Amino acid sequence: MYVYDDFDRTLVGERVREFRDQVGRRLSGELSEDEFKPLRLMNGVYLQLHAYMLRIAIPYGTLSSAQLRTLAHVARKYDRNYGHFTTRQNIQFNWIKLEQLPDATADLASAGLHGMQTSGNCVRNITTDQWAGVAPDEIEDARVWAELLRQHLTLHPEFSFLPRKFKIALTASAHDRAAVKVHDIGLRMHRNGAGEVGFEVMVGGGLGRTPFIAKTIKPFLPKRDLLSYIEAVLRTYNQYGRRDNIYKARIKILVHELGAEKFGREVEEEWQSIKDGALALDPAVVADIASRFKYPRYQTLADNPPELAKARAGDHRFRLWLDNSVSNHKAPGYAIVTLSLKPVGAPPGDTTAEQMDAIADLADRYSFGEIRVGHEQNLALPHVAQRDLLALWRELDAIGVATPNVNLISDIIACPGLDYCSLANARSVPVAEEITRRFKSLDLAHSLGRLHINISGCINACGHHHVGHIGILGVEKNGEEFYQVTIGGRADEQAELGAILGPAVPYGEIADVVEDLAAAYLELREGPDEIFLNTVKRVGVEPFKERVYAAR
Amino acid sequence: MTSPLQQKLKVNGPVVVTANRLRDGAVVYRTADGTWTNTLAGAAVVTTAPAASELLTAALADKLRAVDAYVAPVRLTPEQEILPGNLRERIRAQGPTVALPGAA
Repeated sequence: MYVYDDFDRTLVGERVREFRDQVGRRLSGELSEDEFKPLRLMNGVYLQLHAYMLRIAIPYGTLSSAQLRTLAHVARKYDRNYGHFTTRQNIQFNWIKLEQLPDATADLASAGLHGMQTSGNCVRNITTDQWAGVAPDEIEDARVWAELLRQHLTLHPEFSFLPRKFKIALTASAHDRAAVKVHDIGLRMHRNGAGEVGFEVMVGGGLGRTPFIAKTIKPFLPKRDLLSYIEAVLRTYNQYGRRDNIYKARIKILVHELGAEKFGREVEEEWQSIKDGALALDPAVVADIASRFKYPRYQTLADNPPELAKARAGDHRFRLWLDNSVSNHKAPGYAIVTLSLKPVGAPPGDTTAEQMDAIADLADRYSFGEIRVGHEQNLALPHVAQRDLLALWRELDAIGVATPNVNLISDIIACPGLDYCSLANARSVPVAEEITRRFKSLDLAHSLGRLHINISGCINACGHHHVGHIGILGVEKNGEEFYQVTIGGRADEQAELGAILGPAVPYGEIADVVEDLAAAYLELREGPDEIFLNTVKRVGVEPFKERVYAAR
Repeated sequence: MTSPLQQKLKVNGPVVVTANRLRDGAVVYRTADGTWTNTLAGAAVVTTAPAASELLTAALADKLRAVDAYVAPVRLTPEQEILPGNLRERIRAQGPTVALPGAA
């Protein structure tokens, strides 16, 4: 966990007081809606179809048990007893009342939580691998660098009014779990030929109306230069990014229109003028931030303890979960446990207040009080002793977060869609629920192997549909919901945009199409080791298209 | 962004004016007597562009009770019951089409 200091607490406290005053003045009529809207957005407050929505940042996806209990409290006291974890390591409350927002934000602030920079044309919550600090394949803990960027870019006056929103993601592992290539800036920590650790800087990735995979403009950036280089990228974007057309305002359009090489040269020129100034990182500053990440005092334990092997052999359901939801940990004898927020027939990423409280208690008992939030809308307990896995599983199973479907067809990413969102054209959640019902047989889901379905209810792509192995985009045609399907997308280190399968299908047929795709895959694959994505790569879209549209 | 008043209103059937209540964001409808109601049944229904424009103008002038007012389509049953005119308005009127996770 990162330990906030007085400066952080003062900043958040001051914002709560300021926002309370602003809400009061809006309710009294002193502020008009036009005056108030940008102020509420700066605090993560949107107006959706039925109510205000409050989005709260979970920096680099790390939550303490106390913070999760505070989220449960807010869900219970100010909302309808649940929250929705998003694809950007945020949580959203969907039913919050404007008149109660000041009290809700004050309660959140007491646990160091806030909605600052979760909306508006600024640098949004900086995200990382949810396994940062515990993943065996990472070079180092990327959260230290995310925190450094967070501190520098919070209320940064020069970047508070960018042409459009700006999203940064980092990873320090060989396998990218943070989808860095579909962010405005993606940072990948790696070693250069001399064995030094630095960053590959990728820019101009993003989904939405015009999707792009990020392009590398700096293959290796030394650590000392992280702040100055990011500053130079933001300055270049701030200067040249379009402000005349909201659809062309993201950095991806600028990078595309200028070309990555020219954009990189512009950044380089700006960077040269600032790289040796105040933003050059003093190792002592980095060390200070790193020192405020407190790691558990792991016991000296061995991997695969006998009680685990015994439990694994003795219970089929436990074995299924263990093989699916439990991953290797840096420390011997420990494991990373993913909690599936994707039960059959329920909204992806939603968690009740009771579940949040129970998970917080389990984190205290089994994971040194720490919880992680991943962009796939699942949670993780990052430090579980392997000998405790059976006991933990029983408790997770009892509260409905142990469905062994992580990375399988029913582990669906979905935005709130037209059931909540004022931008949506079509529903996402019932589509996801129906697909999970069609694939509720775990034998079937496991036989299909790794298969990511991503669903968005509109072109803005909050559900990351372009990079789903199967991507589903809701559109509206003559007042009816239709769904366009793409296949072959992926969000990892080999990120790719999916290819369109064919004409959009109506709401009533979309789950049938997914069943047809799954059946086609089982027929076309060379064997169980060839995952859906690789079959699509090998045979192309056409055989899938034929299967889906033959009878339509 | 173009103000709702500057947009040319196309009215091809019965419409109402709807908005979100300022204090809690709840869905509300403009009534014939110049107030707001949270039930579609109480909404003022008009069928011509000038009438819709008049209703919307009055709604937008209310800066304190409701925000983001706009004209929305409705359907009338033979019994003159007012029903939402499209899926978006049905969801606004009746809530999400899925069960809420926190429901008791």
